[in-house]
Amino acid sequence: MSGTSLVSARERAIAVLGGEPDDATLRRYLHGIAGVDAVGLEQRAAGLGTRSIKTSSKKWALDRIIELIDLTTLEGADTPGKVRSLVAKAVNPDPSDATTPRVAAVCVYGDMVPYAVEALGGAHGDPDDGLISVAAVATAFPSGRASLDIKLADTAEAVAAGADEIDMVIDRGAFLAGRYGLVFDQIAAVKAACARPDGTSASLKVILETGELVTYDNVRRASWLSILAGGDFIKTSTGKVAPAATLPVTLLMLEVVRDWHLATGQRIGVKPAGGIRSSKDAIKYLVTVAETVGEDWLQPHLFRFGASSLLNDVLLQRQKIATGHYSGADYVTID
Amino acid sequence: MSFLDYAPAPESRAILSLRDNYGLFIDGEFVDGRGEPFQTISPATEERIAMIANANAADVDAAVAAARRAYDRTWSKMSGRDRGKYLFRIARLVQERARELAVAESLDNGKPIKESRDVDVPLVAAWFFYYAGWADKLDHAGLGANPRSLGVAAQVIPWNFPLLMLAWKIAPALAAGNTVVLKPAETTPLTALIFAEILQQAELPAGVVNIITGAGDTGAALVSHDGVDKVAFTGSTGVGRAIAKQVAGTDKKVTLELGGKAANIVFDDAPIDQAIEGIVNGIFFNQGHVCCAGSRLLVQENIHDEVVERLKLRLSTLRLGDPLDKNTDIGAINSKEQLERIRTLSDIGVAEGAERWTAPCDIPENGFWFAPTIFTGVQTSSRIAREEIFGPVLSVLTFRTPAEAIAKANNTPYGLSAGIWTDKGSRILAVADQLRAGVIWANTFNRFDPSSPFGGYKESGYGREGGRHGLAAYLAPAPIGQSSTGRAAIAGAASTAAIEADASAPAKRSRAAKPARTLQNRSAKAATKGSKR
Repeated sequence: MSGTSLVSARERAIAVLGGEPDDATLRRYLHGIAGVDAVGLEQRAAGLGTRSIKTSSKKWALDRIIELIDLTTLEGADTPGKVRSLVAKAVNPDPSDATTPRVAAVCVYGDMVPYAVEALGGAHGDPDDGLISVAAVATAFPSGRASLDIKLADTAEAVAAGADEIDMVIDRGAFLAGRYGLVFDQIAAVKAACARPDGTSASLKVILETGELVTYDNVRRASWLSILAGGDFIKTSTGKVAPAATLPVTLLMLEVVRDWHLATGQRIGVKPAGGIRSSKDAIKYLVTVAETVGEDWLQPHLFRFGASSLLNDVLLQRQKIATGHYSGADYVTID
Repeated sequence: MSFLDYAPAPESRAILSLRDNYGLFIDGEFVDGRGEPFQTISPATEERIAMIANANAADVDAAVAAARRAYDRTWSKMSGRDRGKYLFRIARLVQERARELAVAESLDNGKPIKESRDVDVPLVAAWFFYYAGWADKLDHAGLGANPRSLGVAAQVIPWNFPLLMLAWKIAPALAAGNTVVLKPAETTPLTALIFAEILQQAELPAGVVNIITGAGDTGAALVSHDGVDKVAFTGSTGVGRAIAKQVAGTDKKVTLELGGKAANIVFDDAPIDQAIEGIVNGIFFNQGHVCCAGSRLLVQENIHDEVVERLKLRLSTLRLGDPLDKNTDIGAINSKEQLERIRTLSDIGVAEGAERWTAPCDIPENGFWFAPTIFTGVQTSSRIAREEIFGPVLSVLTFRTPAEAIAKANNTPYGLSAGIWTDKGSRILAVADQLRAGVIWANTFNRFDPSSPFGGYKESGYGREGGRHGLAAYLAPAPIGQSSTGRAAIAGAASTAAIEADASAPAKRSRAAKPARTLQNRSAKAATKGSKR
């Protein structure tokens, strides 16, 4: 999976902003966007959550959820062996059912990328081709508290090792302090560091860490800022801060993506991550995507779930549909 | 396949055990009506659901007599605490039978199951719980100590929220100590009759609530009946006006909750995505069959095009169809007559030069349906901007300044509700202060709560339902200087205070004194009636 061109992103930002992306211009622009009414947003999300997805729709939804998962391990205790185990699960999620689709990607720390690439072997590639991408978290994940040089080196190393996607974190401190220009420049610089020698580029997911931005107005501004700066995806959370992904936050980010698409024709991806553990919850997200931006967005280049335990719950639900009864935790594999 | 073509998810009708024929619920029993029975149909399929008894004048007499007996012998003598127990019991039974009531409501009315399940029935239970709590606290209802019930309440309710309107009427009436004769709308009697079964289950004393079914003539016979002390009506302004004429000159107390043509005002700094949701909820909730619907969208001129464009996108995602499908957003129009009215007024909108846009929907073959429609380029003089359409039709008008928005919003004979959308708190307060409407929603619409009073200005009616204010419609202050209970001292003190207040404001004296006199008269009359039987 490859990202969009850097030059066009900056030019587009200048065209949209009507000036250089400095603090003052960005502030004027981001604070000029209509506000968010928290009660109304949460009501709408709750309303979407009441859709009843049954029978053939449910079957389709479960398979599609698997195809949209970034199967993730992001622990200090990660080892090459753990990553190989994760990759094996990604390639063959349910050994008892060969019709089970593969996940979209595995998501690991930067130093684990070589092991993931090696373990994937021929299965490494674009999810559109039925293959599995490697996503690496970078830029001093999860806090983002490091110098820009280190963040860029972190990114470049992961890309050089074969990462197809980079999940970066924004500098929430700078964002909350109103230093939008700095956040913009950092995202743009990381985007540049995603470039490969052959002229292609890794796709860039920008993690807003919405649990630290707290207000919906902040989430909306950070979403616009990240897209303006060249992010290919906007992602809710690292999974290390509570609350992580919520349906209202994801709905809000999807609304930004929809508005950006209407304004520029460009399609940006959204990745809720952290806290989505059940099929039932994941289906609510599919409904929210389909009814907000359209079901075109339900494809790996435009929507992902960042999750680890979700996959097993989906597999249990699939087995239930196939056999007519629920099995149990011992009938799906741990990775 | 397309994911958005969600597979059918129908709520099962198996939970319903309907009878083939329903009688009138009088004096705790179902009895045959003496009028010609009529059928109630599902507006989504036009299939017959059940035959319903028709109450003629003699049946109305019987129902009012039963209510009078129950009032004199039981309900007026029961302590507030005991009345509250019955109301709590009813509320719990409504919750227990919630799914059954929701399915019946969607079947008979045509509204989507998600609304009957998530809005109507939970609010019905909430209304009974709320007023159950008031039954033993009437001293704090704002009418002074020891207020008195009125007697027999005649209540006539509409078809748009059949069970919810029943709850709005019956709960405060019973809490305040009145007995009731209620007539549900001709097209939607089903849930009221299931509610009658709930009353039997709750062992409510016979005659405290009587439910009689029939058409307009039954309702007219009820409200004009001599044995009635209070008339409460929700419905059209035309019928409300006729009722006001009928009861003029009698000592019946009246509350009317009538039509509306609410303005939903969207300023250019509004939280736009939520405003779009609010506009949709304001006019397309319950197919627009809502007296307080936000049927006039007043949008600031500089965001008009954007709002209309977003609105069309959003409306294109609404699902019209089987009311019992859990994913249906827009159900059926309640009756053929109503559908005709909506069509006629929409055609007039086109003829008057407004631009019509209709959401792309597949309309089912049978039943009564109207796709969500918006009119742009509507002028304040257009009939679709003046008259209540009572359907899923939105008229979009523009304004330039807050003053213009307020003037246009108030430029209607109605005054039931209004909405304001802006990010600016001070503007909400300033605009709300100048709107002539009984309910004003800020950055939301069509939200109801039993603790919040609801009612209109101007031709939208008088009196309030809900909250403490709603009790005043079913109570009168204790007669001055007269108190037959152990609380004489308190009542006496309150009366003295009232007299002193009158002395300081002589102009108001006669008005303040009148209710007390009326009540004394009525007590005497009630006593006479009691002795006759």
